[in-house]
Amino acid sequence: MAPTSKLSQGIKKASRSHTYHRRGLWAIKAKHGGAFPKAEKTDAAAAAPKFYPADDVKPRQPSTRKPNPTKLRSSITPGTVLILLAGRFMGKRVVFLKQLKSGLLLVTGPFKINGVPIRRVNQAYVIATSTKVDISGVDVEKINDKYFARDKKKKAKKTEGELFETEKEATKDLPEFKKEDQKAVDAALIKAIEAVPDLKTYLGARFSLRDGDKPHEMVF
Amino acid sequence: MPFKRFVEIGRVALVNYGKDYGRLVVIVDVVDQNRALIDAPDMVRCQINFKRLSLTDIKIDIKRVPKKTTLIKAMEDADVKNKWENSSWGKKLIVQKRRASLNDFDRFKVMLARIKRGGAIRQELAKLKKVAAA
Repeated sequence: MAPTSKLSQGIKKASRSHTYHRRGLWAIKAKHGGAFPKAEKTDAAAAAPKFYPADDVKPRQPSTRKPNPTKLRSSITPGTVLILLAGRFMGKRVVFLKQLKSGLLLVTGPFKINGVPIRRVNQAYVIATSTKVDISGVDVEKINDKYFARDKKKKAKKTEGELFETEKEATKDLPEFKKEDQKAVDAALIKAIEAVPDLKTYLGARFSLRDGDKPHEMVF
Repeated sequence: MPFKRFVEIGRVALVNYGKDYGRLVVIVDVVDQNRALIDAPDMVRCQINFKRLSLTDIKIDIKRVPKKTTLIKAMEDADVKNKWENSSWGKKLIVQKRRASLNDFDRFKVMLARIKRGGAIRQELAKLKKVAAA
Protein backbone atom coordinates (compact mmCIF):
# COMPACT_ATOMS: atom_id res chain seq x y z
CA MET A 1 0.00 0.00 0.00
CA ALA A 2 1.47 3.36 -0.87
CA PRO A 3 2.23 5.36 2.22
CA THR A 4 -0.10 8.23 3.05
CA SER A 5 1.55 11.50 2.28
CA LYS A 6 2.37 13.71 5.20
CA LEU A 7 1.65 17.42 5.53
CA SER A 8 4.20 17.78 8.25
CA GLN A 9 5.89 15.59 10.84
CA GLY A 10 3.11 13.52 12.37
CA ILE A 11 0.21 15.13 10.43
CA LYS A 12 -1.29 12.94 7.75
CA LYS A 13 -3.14 14.24 4.75
CA ALA A 14 -5.94 11.65 4.76
CA SER A 15 -8.37 11.04 7.64
CA ARG A 16 -8.59 7.85 9.69
CA SER A 17 -11.70 6.61 7.96
CA HIS A 18 -10.29 7.46 4.54
CA THR A 19 -7.09 5.49 5.20
CA TYR A 20 -9.07 2.60 6.65
CA HIS A 21 -11.09 2.40 3.46
CA ARG A 22 -7.98 2.83 1.33
CA ARG A 23 -6.11 0.03 3.12
CA GLY A 24 -8.89 -2.41 2.30
CA LEU A 25 -8.84 -4.22 5.65
CA TRP A 26 -12.68 -4.22 5.36
CA ALA A 27 -12.36 -6.42 2.26
CA ILE A 28 -10.06 -8.90 4.01
CA LYS A 29 -12.41 -8.98 6.97
CA ALA A 30 -15.39 -9.62 4.74
CA LYS A 31 -13.51 -12.45 3.04
CA HIS A 32 -12.78 -14.18 6.34
CA GLY A 33 -16.23 -13.88 7.88
CA GLY A 34 -15.99 -10.62 9.77
CA ALA A 35 -12.78 -11.13 11.70
CA PHE A 36 -9.26 -10.34 10.73
CA PRO A 37 -7.38 -13.62 10.17
CA LYS A 38 -4.96 -14.28 12.94
CA ALA A 39 -1.72 -16.12 12.20
CA GLU A 40 -1.34 -19.36 14.18
CA LYS A 41 1.09 -19.20 17.03
CA THR A 42 4.14 -21.17 15.96
CA ASP A 43 5.96 -23.31 18.51
CA ALA A 44 9.07 -21.25 17.99
CA ALA A 45 7.19 -18.11 18.91
CA ALA A 46 5.65 -19.76 21.92
CA ALA A 47 8.89 -21.34 23.07
CA ALA A 48 11.08 -18.27 22.67
CA PRO A 49 11.57 -16.95 26.20
CA LYS A 50 10.77 -13.34 26.75
CA PHE A 51 13.80 -12.94 29.04
CA TYR A 52 17.37 -13.66 28.11
CA PRO A 53 19.93 -13.28 30.91
CA ALA A 54 22.85 -10.98 30.28
CA ASP A 55 25.59 -13.66 30.77
CA ASP A 56 25.67 -17.26 29.62
CA VAL A 57 26.03 -18.98 33.00
CA LYS A 58 25.69 -22.74 33.42
CA PRO A 59 23.09 -23.59 36.06
CA ARG A 60 24.59 -25.23 39.18
CA GLN A 61 23.78 -28.91 39.38
CA PRO A 62 23.67 -30.87 42.63
CA SER A 63 26.68 -33.15 43.00
CA THR A 64 26.13 -36.80 42.15
CA ARG A 65 29.34 -37.84 43.96
CA LYS A 66 28.89 -40.66 46.42
CA PRO A 67 31.31 -40.90 49.37
CA ASN A 68 33.51 -43.99 49.36
CA PRO A 69 33.27 -46.57 52.14
CA THR A 70 35.82 -45.98 54.88
CA LYS A 71 39.09 -47.71 54.10
CA LEU A 72 40.12 -50.16 56.80
CA ARG A 73 43.81 -50.09 57.67
CA SER A 74 45.52 -53.22 56.36
CA SER A 75 46.89 -53.94 59.83
CA ILE A 76 43.35 -54.33 61.21
CA THR A 77 41.79 -57.73 60.48
CA PRO A 78 39.06 -59.58 62.39
CA GLY A 79 40.61 -60.83 65.61
CA THR A 80 43.27 -58.14 65.90
CA VAL A 81 43.97 -56.81 69.37
CA LEU A 82 43.54 -53.03 69.30
CA ILE A 83 44.65 -50.43 71.85
CA LEU A 84 42.00 -47.76 72.43
CA LEU A 85 43.53 -44.32 72.59
CA ALA A 86 40.70 -42.10 73.76
CA GLY A 87 37.48 -42.13 75.66
CA ARG A 88 36.32 -43.96 78.71
CA PHE A 89 38.32 -47.06 77.88
CA MET A 90 41.55 -45.27 77.03
CA GLY A 91 44.48 -47.67 77.09
CA LYS A 92 42.36 -50.81 77.10
CA ARG A 93 43.37 -53.65 74.85
CA VAL A 94 40.38 -54.87 72.97
CA VAL A 95 39.47 -57.42 70.27
CA PHE A 96 38.34 -56.22 66.84
CA LEU A 97 35.29 -58.02 65.43
CA LYS A 98 34.29 -56.37 62.18
CA GLN A 99 33.91 -53.08 60.39
CA LEU A 100 30.36 -51.71 60.31
CA LYS A 101 28.76 -50.05 57.32
CA SER A 102 29.25 -46.61 58.86
CA GLY A 103 33.00 -47.23 58.83
CA LEU A 104 33.29 -47.61 62.60
CA LEU A 105 34.97 -50.67 64.07
CA LEU A 106 32.93 -53.14 66.10
CA VAL A 107 34.92 -54.10 69.15
CA THR A 108 34.52 -56.08 72.36
CA GLY A 109 36.64 -56.38 75.53
CA PRO A 110 35.60 -59.18 76.07
CA PHE A 111 33.45 -57.73 78.80
CA LYS A 112 34.38 -60.28 81.43
CA ILE A 113 38.08 -59.69 80.89
CA ASN A 114 38.38 -55.93 80.81
CA GLY A 115 34.93 -54.38 81.10
CA VAL A 116 34.67 -53.15 77.52
CA PRO A 117 31.26 -54.13 76.09
CA ILE A 118 30.35 -54.59 72.44
CA ARG A 119 31.10 -51.11 71.25
CA ARG A 120 31.78 -49.01 68.20
CA VAL A 121 35.11 -47.25 67.88
CA ASN A 122 36.64 -44.99 65.28
CA GLN A 123 39.68 -46.31 63.45
CA ALA A 124 41.55 -43.07 64.06
CA TYR A 125 41.54 -43.56 67.83
CA VAL A 126 43.07 -46.98 67.76
CA ILE A 127 46.51 -48.58 67.56
CA ALA A 128 46.47 -51.94 65.85
CA THR A 129 48.82 -54.47 67.40
CA SER A 130 50.08 -57.46 65.50
CA THR A 131 48.53 -59.86 68.02
CA LYS A 132 45.59 -61.77 66.58
CA VAL A 133 42.90 -63.78 68.36
CA ASP A 134 41.09 -66.64 66.70
CA ILE A 135 37.65 -65.23 65.97
CA SER A 136 36.19 -68.05 63.92
CA GLY A 137 33.71 -69.16 66.56
CA VAL A 138 32.15 -65.70 66.96
CA ASP A 139 28.93 -64.70 65.21
CA VAL A 140 28.50 -60.95 64.81
CA GLU A 141 26.21 -61.00 61.81
CA LYS A 142 23.21 -59.42 63.46
CA ILE A 143 25.04 -56.50 65.06
CA ASN A 144 25.00 -53.41 62.89
CA ASP A 145 24.82 -49.63 63.27
CA LYS A 146 21.08 -49.66 64.06
CA TYR A 147 21.82 -51.85 67.09
CA PHE A 148 23.56 -48.88 68.68
CA ALA A 149 20.88 -46.29 67.94
CA ARG A 150 19.68 -44.33 70.93
CA ASP A 151 16.16 -45.01 72.26
CA LYS A 152 13.83 -42.13 71.55
CA LYS A 153 12.78 -40.61 74.87
CA LYS A 154 9.06 -40.19 75.28
CA LYS A 155 8.27 -36.67 76.52
CA ALA A 156 5.68 -36.77 79.28
CA LYS A 157 3.64 -33.62 79.74
CA LYS A 158 4.82 -31.81 82.81
CA THR A 159 2.75 -29.65 85.07
CA GLU A 160 4.20 -26.35 86.18
CA GLY A 161 5.23 -27.68 89.52
CA GLU A 162 7.07 -30.62 88.07
CA LEU A 163 8.96 -28.44 85.63
CA PHE A 164 10.92 -26.82 88.36
CA GLU A 165 11.77 -30.00 90.17
CA THR A 166 15.03 -31.67 89.28
CA GLU A 167 14.16 -33.98 86.46
CA LYS A 168 14.03 -37.57 87.55
CA GLU A 169 15.57 -39.30 84.59
CA ALA A 170 14.59 -42.89 84.22
CA THR A 171 17.71 -44.88 85.01
CA LYS A 172 18.89 -46.24 81.72
CA ASP A 173 19.08 -49.96 82.26
CA LEU A 174 20.68 -52.11 79.61
CA PRO A 175 17.99 -54.11 77.82
CA GLU A 176 18.26 -57.82 78.43
CA PHE A 177 18.86 -58.71 74.83
CA LYS A 178 22.03 -56.62 74.79
CA LYS A 179 23.36 -58.45 77.82
CA GLU A 180 22.56 -61.75 76.12
CA ASP A 181 24.30 -60.65 72.94
CA GLN A 182 27.39 -59.69 74.91
CA LYS A 183 27.52 -63.11 76.55
CA ALA A 184 26.99 -64.88 73.24
CA VAL A 185 29.76 -62.97 71.48
CA ASP A 186 32.20 -63.31 74.33
CA ALA A 187 31.69 -67.01 75.02
CA ALA A 188 33.58 -68.25 71.98
CA LEU A 189 36.10 -65.42 72.22
CA ILE A 190 37.08 -66.14 75.80
CA LYS A 191 37.70 -69.78 74.96
CA ALA A 192 40.04 -68.75 72.16
CA ILE A 193 41.77 -66.25 74.43
CA GLU A 194 42.36 -68.69 77.26
CA ALA A 195 44.06 -71.04 74.82
CA VAL A 196 46.95 -68.59 74.51
CA PRO A 197 49.10 -68.22 77.64
CA ASP A 198 49.14 -64.75 79.23
CA LEU A 199 46.70 -63.35 76.65
CA LYS A 200 43.92 -63.01 79.21
CA THR A 201 46.03 -60.93 81.60
CA TYR A 202 47.34 -58.98 78.62
CA LEU A 203 43.82 -58.00 77.60
CA GLY A 204 42.96 -57.17 81.17
CA ALA A 205 45.83 -54.72 81.53
CA ARG A 206 45.81 -51.16 80.24
CA PHE A 207 48.49 -49.85 77.94
CA SER A 208 50.57 -46.89 79.01
CA LEU A 209 53.85 -45.27 78.07
CA ARG A 210 56.65 -45.55 80.58
CA ASP A 211 59.92 -43.69 80.96
CA GLY A 212 62.19 -44.40 78.02
CA ASP A 213 59.43 -45.59 75.70
CA LYS A 214 59.74 -44.19 72.21
CA PRO A 215 56.35 -44.81 70.57
CA HIS A 216 57.63 -43.87 67.13
CA GLU A 217 60.21 -46.67 67.40
CA MET A 218 58.00 -49.23 69.12
CA VAL A 219 56.67 -52.11 67.13
CA PHE A 220 53.05 -52.77 67.94
CA MET B 1 98.02 -49.26 74.77
CA PRO B 2 98.99 -49.70 71.11
CA PHE B 3 96.37 -50.24 68.45
CA LYS B 4 95.06 -53.75 68.03
CA ARG B 5 92.55 -53.48 65.17
CA PHE B 6 94.03 -52.31 61.87
CA VAL B 7 92.57 -51.34 58.56
CA GLU B 8 93.90 -54.09 56.29
CA ILE B 9 92.63 -56.24 53.51
CA GLY B 10 90.47 -58.87 55.10
CA ARG B 11 89.49 -56.86 58.18
CA VAL B 12 85.84 -57.39 59.06
CA ALA B 13 84.08 -54.18 60.02
CA LEU B 14 80.63 -52.99 60.98
CA VAL B 15 79.00 -50.14 59.07
CA ASN B 16 77.86 -47.58 61.62
CA TYR B 17 76.29 -44.89 59.43
CA GLY B 18 74.26 -44.68 56.29
CA LYS B 19 72.16 -46.92 54.13
CA ASP B 20 73.97 -50.12 55.15
CA TYR B 21 73.89 -49.33 58.87
CA GLY B 22 74.51 -52.43 60.96
CA ARG B 23 75.95 -54.58 58.16
CA LEU B 24 79.08 -56.68 58.62
CA VAL B 25 81.48 -56.06 55.74
CA VAL B 26 85.01 -56.97 54.76
CA ILE B 27 87.62 -54.43 53.69
CA VAL B 28 88.87 -55.69 50.34
CA ASP B 29 90.98 -52.72 49.25
CA VAL B 30 92.03 -49.26 50.37
CA VAL B 31 91.22 -46.44 47.99
CA ASP B 32 93.08 -43.60 49.65
CA GLN B 33 93.67 -42.04 53.02
CA ASN B 34 89.97 -41.83 53.79
CA ARG B 35 88.17 -44.52 51.88
CA ALA B 36 88.11 -48.26 51.60
CA LEU B 37 86.52 -50.68 49.22
CA ILE B 38 84.21 -53.00 51.10
CA ASP B 39 82.34 -56.11 50.16
CA ALA B 40 79.89 -58.50 51.76
CA PRO B 41 78.22 -61.67 50.50
CA ASP B 42 74.84 -60.00 50.03
CA MET B 43 75.76 -56.59 48.70
CA VAL B 44 77.41 -54.91 45.75
CA ARG B 45 81.05 -54.02 46.36
CA CYS B 46 81.36 -50.30 47.08
CA GLN B 47 83.60 -47.68 48.59
CA ILE B 48 82.99 -46.21 51.99
CA ASN B 49 84.66 -43.69 54.25
CA PHE B 50 86.59 -45.11 57.20
CA LYS B 51 84.58 -42.90 59.48
CA ARG B 52 81.55 -44.97 58.65
CA LEU B 53 83.23 -48.18 59.72
CA SER B 54 83.79 -49.71 63.13
CA LEU B 55 86.58 -52.27 62.99
CA THR B 56 86.10 -55.63 64.64
CA ASP B 57 88.57 -58.20 65.92
CA ILE B 58 87.82 -60.57 63.09
CA LYS B 59 90.15 -60.86 60.11
CA ILE B 60 89.91 -63.16 57.13
CA ASP B 61 92.57 -64.33 54.71
CA ILE B 62 91.97 -62.87 51.27
CA LYS B 63 93.96 -61.27 48.50
CA ARG B 64 93.26 -57.72 47.29
CA VAL B 65 89.74 -57.45 45.78
CA PRO B 66 88.76 -61.12 45.57
CA LYS B 67 85.91 -62.42 43.48
CA LYS B 68 82.61 -62.72 45.27
CA THR B 69 82.71 -66.51 45.43
CA THR B 70 86.27 -66.41 46.75
CA LEU B 71 85.22 -63.92 49.38
CA ILE B 72 82.27 -66.03 50.46
CA LYS B 73 84.45 -69.11 50.72
CA ALA B 74 87.06 -67.25 52.74
CA MET B 75 84.39 -65.97 55.09
CA GLU B 76 83.07 -69.45 55.63
CA ASP B 77 86.53 -70.86 56.20
CA ALA B 78 87.20 -68.24 58.83
CA ASP B 79 83.74 -68.85 60.30
CA VAL B 80 83.05 -65.12 60.50
CA LYS B 81 79.35 -65.50 61.22
CA ASN B 82 79.76 -67.68 64.28
CA LYS B 83 82.74 -65.76 65.59
CA TRP B 84 80.72 -62.57 65.33
CA GLU B 85 77.56 -63.96 66.92
CA ASN B 86 79.54 -65.41 69.82
CA SER B 87 81.49 -62.26 70.50
CA SER B 88 80.05 -60.04 73.21
CA TRP B 89 79.67 -57.17 70.74
CA GLY B 90 77.76 -59.37 68.33
CA LYS B 91 75.60 -60.78 71.11
CA LYS B 92 74.71 -57.28 72.29
CA LEU B 93 73.59 -56.30 68.80
CA ILE B 94 71.43 -59.37 68.49
CA VAL B 95 69.72 -58.59 71.78
CA GLN B 96 69.20 -54.97 70.74
CA LYS B 97 67.59 -56.08 67.48
CA ARG B 98 65.36 -58.54 69.28
CA ARG B 99 64.23 -55.96 71.81
CA ALA B 100 63.44 -53.45 69.07
CA SER B 101 61.30 -55.96 67.23
CA LEU B 102 59.20 -56.91 70.24
CA ASN B 103 55.45 -56.82 69.81
CA ASP B 104 53.20 -55.09 72.39
CA PHE B 105 52.18 -58.55 73.64
CA ASP B 106 55.84 -59.59 73.79
CA ARG B 107 56.68 -56.56 75.85
CA PHE B 108 53.88 -57.48 78.24
CA LYS B 109 55.21 -61.02 78.56
CA VAL B 110 58.70 -59.67 79.19
CA MET B 111 57.30 -57.50 81.97
CA LEU B 112 55.61 -60.50 83.59
CA ALA B 113 58.83 -62.50 83.31
CA ARG B 114 60.92 -59.73 84.91
CA ILE B 115 58.48 -59.46 87.80
CA LYS B 116 58.60 -63.22 88.26
CA ARG B 117 62.40 -63.26 88.15
CA GLY B 118 62.60 -60.39 90.61
CA GLY B 119 60.26 -62.21 92.93
CA ALA B 120 62.34 -65.38 92.81
CA ILE B 121 65.54 -63.43 93.48
CA ARG B 122 64.00 -61.66 96.42
CA GLN B 123 62.77 -64.94 97.87
CA GLU B 124 66.24 -66.45 97.68
CA LEU B 125 67.72 -63.33 99.20
CA ALA B 126 65.25 -63.48 102.04
CA LYS B 127 66.19 -67.08 102.69
CA LEU B 128 69.87 -66.21 102.72
CA LYS B 129 69.28 -63.26 105.00
CA LYS B 130 67.38 -65.50 107.38
CA VAL B 131 70.28 -67.94 107.42
CA ALA B 132 72.78 -65.15 107.97
CA ALA B 133 70.74 -63.64 110.78
CA ALA B 134 70.50 -66.95 112.54
